[in-house]
Amino acid sequence: MEDFEPTLIAFVCNWCTYTAADLAGTSRLTYPQNVRLIRVMCTGMVDPQYVIKAFLEGVDGVLVSGCHPGDCHYINGNFKARRRIKLLKEILPRFGFQEERLRLTWIGASDGIQFAETIRAMVAQIKTLGPSQARLKMVI
Amino acid sequence: MAMTARIDVTGQDLLASLRQFLRAILELQDIRAILVPRHLPMNNAVMPALVTDPDCLEGVDPLAPAFPMNAAKIVSRLTGKPMGAQVAAILRPCEIRAFIELVKLKQGRTEEVVLIGIDCLGAYQNKDYLRFAGEDGAHATVRFYQSVLTGRGTRIDGVDLAPACRACEYPVASNADITIGLFGIEFDDHLIVQSQSVRGEAVLKQLNLEQTVEPTARRETIAALVAQRTAQRDEMLAQTRAGTENLAKMTTYFARCVNCYNCRVACPVCYCKECVFVTDVFNHDPYQYLRWATRKGVIKMPTDTLFYHMTRLAHMSTACVGCGQCSNACPNDIPVMEVFRSVAQATQKAFDYEAGRHIDEDPPLAVFREDEFAEVVGMSLQTGRQA
Ligand code: SF4
Ligand code: SF4
Ligand code: FES
Repeated sequence: MEDFEPTLIAFVCNWCTYTAADLAGTSRLTYPQNVRLIRVMCTGMVDPQYVIKAFLEGVDGVLVSGCHPGDCHYINGNFKARRRIKLLKEILPRFGFQEERLRLTWIGASDGIQFAETIRAMVAQIKTLGPSQARLKMVI
Repeated sequence: MAMTARIDVTGQDLLASLRQFLRAILELQDIRAILVPRHLPMNNAVMPALVTDPDCLEGVDPLAPAFPMNAAKIVSRLTGKPMGAQVAAILRPCEIRAFIELVKLKQGRTEEVVLIGIDCLGAYQNKDYLRFAGEDGAHATVRFYQSVLTGRGTRIDGVDLAPACRACEYPVASNADITIGLFGIEFDDHLIVQSQSVRGEAVLKQLNLEQTVEPTARRETIAALVAQRTAQRDEMLAQTRAGTENLAKMTTYFARCVNCYNCRVACPVCYCKECVFVTDVFNHDPYQYLRWATRKGVIKMPTDTLFYHMTRLAHMSTACVGCGQCSNACPNDIPVMEVFRSVAQATQKAFDYEAGRHIDEDPPLAVFREDEFAEVVGMSLQTGRQA
């Protein structure tokens, strides 16, 4: 498992976490390159189906990250996102995806450092879990 | 406040008594039609029928162990927009619970419908019912209710209730305007009707039925039935969980699925007017399939089978009432309901919600609170729960 490099998908809100990721880049903070960012206008638009699709296509982890409570540019999209993550955390582990593979964080636009740390932590955690079952098996 | 009245039964002919009761309702000034299962003149089919002429009540049969569809969808169609008249609908408890979910989703209204919930004796799967009904559907119904109500059970001629019904812990309606009681009653002498709402009471009052009291045996009979069903349910869910606990097992479970989406069409609470799976959202470019196949050497076609089922679980499991129509509709006999109920139990519990329980409870994914579910935010290695 030494050379296992997980693939992560991060759905990041345009107004905060995406900006934080950008800031991390321009500040030359290093973080693992395992993550593919998908910029969305708000975490409230991340339908559970996209998270499920990502997992079934074999990603090892999914991060959804948006504005802190009170800061959502669409007022409450992040609160709706939190309920959907709660829902997914009931469904995905039930079918063998460990709960740690799905994360929700609030990372503000100026938190480049926190963004880099979050990705580092997530990659490290998922390395210990190993590759997702969807990578190994024939999925229908 | 609940009013209890009796409907006389002669010669053990429950259907004749029920028809008489429905006729009296249909003759009321303010009720223009009754939605009720009826034998069609053709091919022994039992289907929901909208009856306005009392003489067309012949053939009406709410006791047949036939459940071709969840009629909540029909009530939704009849009440989604104003009709300008009142309709009474004779429904199974799971149809009422599904209708309540649809009302919350603004796909039905209660204003113009009197919900009449009949004690549910259960139903056979479609194929089993056809075989059981044979040439004489009406006679088959008599055999069925006599067997069930005299305690000889639901299994007749080697056929038993659909798995959903065997595991159904709601055989008696709790959100109706009026209920028709069969369990725990001297059914060769009378049935009982009870009001559960002001509207129901107003209807019953106009019928001038003889009032009575609920026999004590009724509560006990129902409690015993619910206990037995709950035990069956728990066994079924435990087995299903073990049989689908990872992708390899899910792949086996749904191996015969052809992505026909019949289960979604049959589902009373799949509320989208246009399901994402019939749009182009996941209609991939031809070359994409080749890329997937190249990556793994082989992929099963059509793709996205588990994706479809898991997405539907995410979209509607909090509203699942467990009626089993998904399994009933599957051309390949996949036990769909079992998986959906097993997940629904968890997702509904997570939001302290129960589908169909109360019309004033908001669907969990339509609302939020600011201070909740802090445990799902952040990076901590919580989780005692292992996959
Ligand atoms: S998923 Fe199946 S059991 Fe659940 S409500 Fe839909 S049809 Fe009924
Ligand atoms: S009805 Fe059966 S075959 Fe069709 S999509 Fe549902 S599970 Fe698959
Ligand atoms: S705008 Fe950032 S989470 Fe809604």
